[in-house]
Amino acid sequence: MTEAPAQSEAPTPAGPPVRRGRASAGAGRLAALLVSPTLLVLTVVVLYPTLMALKESLYGAKGLDPATGFISDTEPFVGLGNYAEIFGDAGARFWNAFWNTTFFTVVTVGLETVIGVAMALIMHKAFKGRGLVRAGILVPWAVPTAISGLLWRWIFNSDGVANALLGQQILWTTEGVHAKVAVIVAEVWKTAPFIGLLVLAGLQVIPTEVYEAARMDGARAARRFWHITLPLVKPALLVAVLFRCMDALRMFDLPYILVGAQKHSVETLSMLAQNEASNVRFGPASAYAVILFLYVFLIALAFVRLLGADLVGGGRAGRRRRTEVTA
Amino acid sequence: MTTLTAKWRGGLVYAGVVAVVAYCLAPFYWMLVSSLRRTGDIFDTSLVPSPLSFENYRAVFDPAQGFGRALFNSLVVAGITTVLALVLATFTAYAMARLEFRGKRLILTLIIATSMFPVVSIVVPLLKLFTDIGWINTYRSMIVPSMSFALPLAVWNLTTFFRQMPDELEHAAMVDGCTRGQAFRKVIVPLAAPGIFTTAIITFIAAWNEFLIALSMTNRPGMQTATVAISKFTGATTYETPFGSQMAAGVLVTVPLVVMVLLFQRRIVAGLTAGAAK
Repeated sequence: MTEAPAQSEAPTPAGPPVRRGRASAGAGRLAALLVSPTLLVLTVVVLYPTLMALKESLYGAKGLDPATGFISDTEPFVGLGNYAEIFGDAGARFWNAFWNTTFFTVVTVGLETVIGVAMALIMHKAFKGRGLVRAGILVPWAVPTAISGLLWRWIFNSDGVANALLGQQILWTTEGVHAKVAVIVAEVWKTAPFIGLLVLAGLQVIPTEVYEAARMDGARAARRFWHITLPLVKPALLVAVLFRCMDALRMFDLPYILVGAQKHSVETLSMLAQNEASNVRFGPASAYAVILFLYVFLIALAFVRLLGADLVGGGRAGRRRRTEVTA
Repeated sequence: MTTLTAKWRGGLVYAGVVAVVAYCLAPFYWMLVSSLRRTGDIFDTSLVPSPLSFENYRAVFDPAQGFGRALFNSLVVAGITTVLALVLATFTAYAMARLEFRGKRLILTLIIATSMFPVVSIVVPLLKLFTDIGWINTYRSMIVPSMSFALPLAVWNLTTFFRQMPDELEHAAMVDGCTRGQAFRKVIVPLAAPGIFTTAIITFIAAWNEFLIALSMTNRPGMQTATVAISKFTGATTYETPFGSQMAAGVLVTVPLVVMVLLFQRRIVAGLTAGAAK
């Protein structure tokens, strides 16, 4: 999959083409030396635990062995028992967590994309006060998710400011649809600005000539947005949405703190797995972890295959826009 | 007529700017305001606390809460994670940006892919492993899993920074008789210092904000990091959630980050958007 450094590049509208170092035998050896520590660490902290989870998901909990009547100190091998359990008896809780996770991901990422793009368009138009906006927009990103959970728990308190503003008496952080709403609001607040930043970076590399040409041809603002802006920021937007989806699929901190553990209406797959693990039920916990991993993997694969999201930025679409952000 | 529409448009843009800033800052402002109220006024909805009170901040640093210790734990875990990730990532990112070798794209894709990994998938097996080998309630039990997201993040950011530096600098140094190693040490690293620094900030913030790992790997209050400690703050009675001191602690945990972000905003934005706008 190695690409030659300067093959068939499209003429670059933004800046001269960038050259890279050349391949040589020595470079290969040096690269191996420089890259292997990172790969080694990632093998130990990511690959090895993943394989362990796979193995662990085939074992049951310690305790009374129904076959012999003895208390066993080791975990019995149960084969695919944990998975059968998940799709059978424990199914209700699993499917609920699965739908919560999916629902949160679709709704939050959808809202964030709309709000984020709107923010980016505003910031792109504003010349005075751009520094202020950029500083402001980084604040939600910098607030730890756990703290933002507490903050919104306070805002959504029954005597809190949300109810005061709405003139309602909603018990936001108790079970029910309103708990989902609270989680979505808090999540969107924290992450829409992030999408805004990424899209803004994409907007800034669109040459102004393109817009002027379109304006001269008589294209109205809405048409210019749909036919010029959106297609040109698509690569940046796709990467942003992909990253946000992956992040939303593993959502844990926010519902855990904002509403609480083992709450039916907001329990996500991460919370379910963590809850089982903290109750020393490592077998089922691992099975949940494996399922979540596969789910995330499939979504990421679909993104890259179907939508052509270019992660590494080595593709043509990615390379075309190699300019530093000049906000 | 045109000037009028231009004026209108300008006005609209600034209304938009105000809306964006308000959206981003209002909840944060509410945290700040609430933290400065007296316990008795905590349910006030006035925009400015009156009278101003630092009662909540005193409550946070009450030795019984152990919050100072939690801040120290956060600093140790996030600090060591950042340093380790940065050292490893600098070498790897240099190879990714500067050398041509087989399988480069595949390796970079794999490294980035690990950053999308659900953390809980490694927390569950590691929790079992660490329980078995007695690592629970240690710094290393939090640092090791944190590397799983810190290292890919650092590699990705640094690769972009190294790529932006012109090849000629290094070639000139090598023509002047430097080895590749010397060129790296004496030319690339000093010039990449701002990029390395930005990456350090972004990585540190990610590690500082971590919650799931710290929650799972500790059960002794003395070893909890700040994010976990705050979520477990208790009030005078069990029925009363100490919102005031939670907000005060939240402000204390967030303000260092916000200050860093404000000081280095230009660089951080460049770092965060590096992937999207290459």
